[in-house]
Amino acid sequence: MADLLVAEAVRKEFGGLVAVNDVDFVVPEQGIVSLIGPNGAGKTTFFNMLTGVYKVTSGEIHFAGERVTNKPPHAITERGVGRTFQNIRLFQQMSTIENVLVGMHSRLKGGILQSVLRTPKLRREERDAFDRARELLRFSGLRGRDNELSSNLSYGDQRRLEVARALATEPKLLLLDEPTAGMNPQETADFTAFVGRLRDERGLTVLLIEHDMKVVMGVSDRVTVLDYGEKIAEGPPSEIQKNERVIEAYLGKAAVEGASA
Amino acid sequence: MMTEQQTPQQRKDEEQRLQEVIAQRTQRSAGLWRRETAVALIPLVLVIGYAIIYPFEAVYTTLREIPGIGDFFPTPGSAVIIIVFTMMAIGLNVVVGYAGLLDLGYVAFYAAGAYMAGWLASQHFEQVTFHFWSPGINPELPGIHINLWIVLLLAGIFTAVVGIVIGLPTLRLRGDYLAIVTLGFGEIVPQFVRNGDNFKGFDLTSGSFGITPIDPPGFGDGLGDGSGGLLPVNFQRSFDAEQLYYWAALGLLLFTVFCCWRLRDSRLGRAWIAIREDETAAAAMGIPLMRTKTWSYAIGAFFGGIAGAYYASFKSGAFPSDFYFNISIFLLCMVILGGMGSIWGVIIAGTILGWLNIEGLGVIGNYLNDWFFEPVTGSRIEVPKYQFGIYGIIIVTMMLFRPTGLIPERRRKLEMEEGVHDEPAMGERAVNR
Repeated sequence: MADLLVAEAVRKEFGGLVAVNDVDFVVPEQGIVSLIGPNGAGKTTFFNMLTGVYKVTSGEIHFAGERVTNKPPHAITERGVGRTFQNIRLFQQMSTIENVLVGMHSRLKGGILQSVLRTPKLRREERDAFDRARELLRFSGLRGRDNELSSNLSYGDQRRLEVARALATEPKLLLLDEPTAGMNPQETADFTAFVGRLRDERGLTVLLIEHDMKVVMGVSDRVTVLDYGEKIAEGPPSEIQKNERVIEAYLGKAAVEGASA
Repeated sequence: MMTEQQTPQQRKDEEQRLQEVIAQRTQRSAGLWRRETAVALIPLVLVIGYAIIYPFEAVYTTLREIPGIGDFFPTPGSAVIIIVFTMMAIGLNVVVGYAGLLDLGYVAFYAAGAYMAGWLASQHFEQVTFHFWSPGINPELPGIHINLWIVLLLAGIFTAVVGIVIGLPTLRLRGDYLAIVTLGFGEIVPQFVRNGDNFKGFDLTSGSFGITPIDPPGFGDGLGDGSGGLLPVNFQRSFDAEQLYYWAALGLLLFTVFCCWRLRDSRLGRAWIAIREDETAAAAMGIPLMRTKTWSYAIGAFFGGIAGAYYASFKSGAFPSDFYFNISIFLLCMVILGGMGSIWGVIIAGTILGWLNIEGLGVIGNYLNDWFFEPVTGSRIEVPKYQFGIYGIIIVTMMLFRPTGLIPERRRKLEMEEGVHDEPAMGERAVNR
């Protein structure tokens, strides 16, 4: 399989602090790759560099064969990277369907004059966009809630809406930042299944930041572990589970020594 | 949902209504009309109808003679100024209300529009003699004389370009920083025109004298005579000049409202609101921040420029002393008072504040003097002198009792109420997040 996303020696410094330290990272097409690590390991910082929210200090990022290093976020989204946020960032005073429509921004063409005149072409485009948005909401399990204010949705549904909105950008690669944080076990299980469907039904590649090991081990093809901004392990879930450095990072050195003693 | 049972019935109704409104709006933007939308149009039709017949002498003189409240009806001439300022407020609303960018220098756009009229429809550039469809003006007269209808469009475009030029460096800033820089530009432009009378000998703006007289609007001899007097050759020379100015201003206002309405419900409008709500998320959804913000600036400026050019033609002059910082604040007050983002609100607030500014304070002052100050203190006070104190009081009072404005934009209303009603915000909303 070809590699959809390639990050080479990506580095981010905030003042003197090295948040991400020369990380090499590859996401193969149609894979589900997880990025794990303790709090403050630099996972979200890494995400933010991939999506253009932060500029890299050094290193290169290529997406679908094109260099996207330090491109603005909207340009990266346009090329096919959709994302959700760790702490939900919906447009709270917009309805669910409007949120999804905002996601379609780069796929719609309606200009200013067309919008003012509301030409037949624009009407058609808008109508198609609404249909597609409704379809996406249905796919994400929000059937019939088009006109609800997004802030009125339950927590789990807000997460789903974030995914629907990200899907509306028509991504090739979907970045999910701790999507199951705060979900109860049932919601988590549903969500895990949903991520699987994204790949199987939509042919998406997924990059996941996750703390819930059940989710990570359940869906990932490959897991990368970050600790203090460095990549300490990479491999299939079964290997990662046994990796000593990973256990050490999560549980501390003493625990590892205690276990082996 | 669990929380709905805890919610008081009233709140539930309110939310339901809100959702309907939003549903309606989204459907409208898809071009799917409902019967309710047609019903909602009735007040609109009534208001426009009233506005159209108002300047007929029979109408407004009758209204002005109603005992007690007659003084509250402005003359058509004053109404023109009210309308022009309302139009600017609606333009500003695109920037402040939709895109959430605090612009304290909107007066710069008004100035740009006014000077555009000065340059293209007066004797200012006496070096050349250029006439294009001029409204019944002696073709021998030096200077550039382009028909004002064309000048309005050119002024709008020119001002939009000014907006883009100002926007490109400043719109990278957020919040307060943007406000301060726009404030600076709002001051730079009047200073520029005040000192623009000598660019190595070239007189661009006539300095503090300003450019005057500026051509009135009109349809020129050909169209004017051709239509049998239906289309006036020249507003100024017409017997009912004030009415003509009024109707043209009203037409421009309606045009502005129409455009802003359509834009709000478009792809661009959604992008503006998304930026207002969460810039980072908006960018991640593929919205180019700079371009989208700059468009809001350009469109806001476009209408400000048209209004400025029209106003300059109405009072037949553009003077640097017209473009004080006060005006930016005054327009911002209209937007805040009306309810940021709400077109209806801004129209109403613009009318009220505009009226207060031009006639209202004097009228209210007379009442106060007749009924209170003279009988009690034995002397009269000049109320219009205290205008900014009075506007200040209005704004403070509004912020305390109705922070969302007279007619809040539905979304805003929710935004603000979450902060106002402490208990539900903690009880139900926080859990929902």
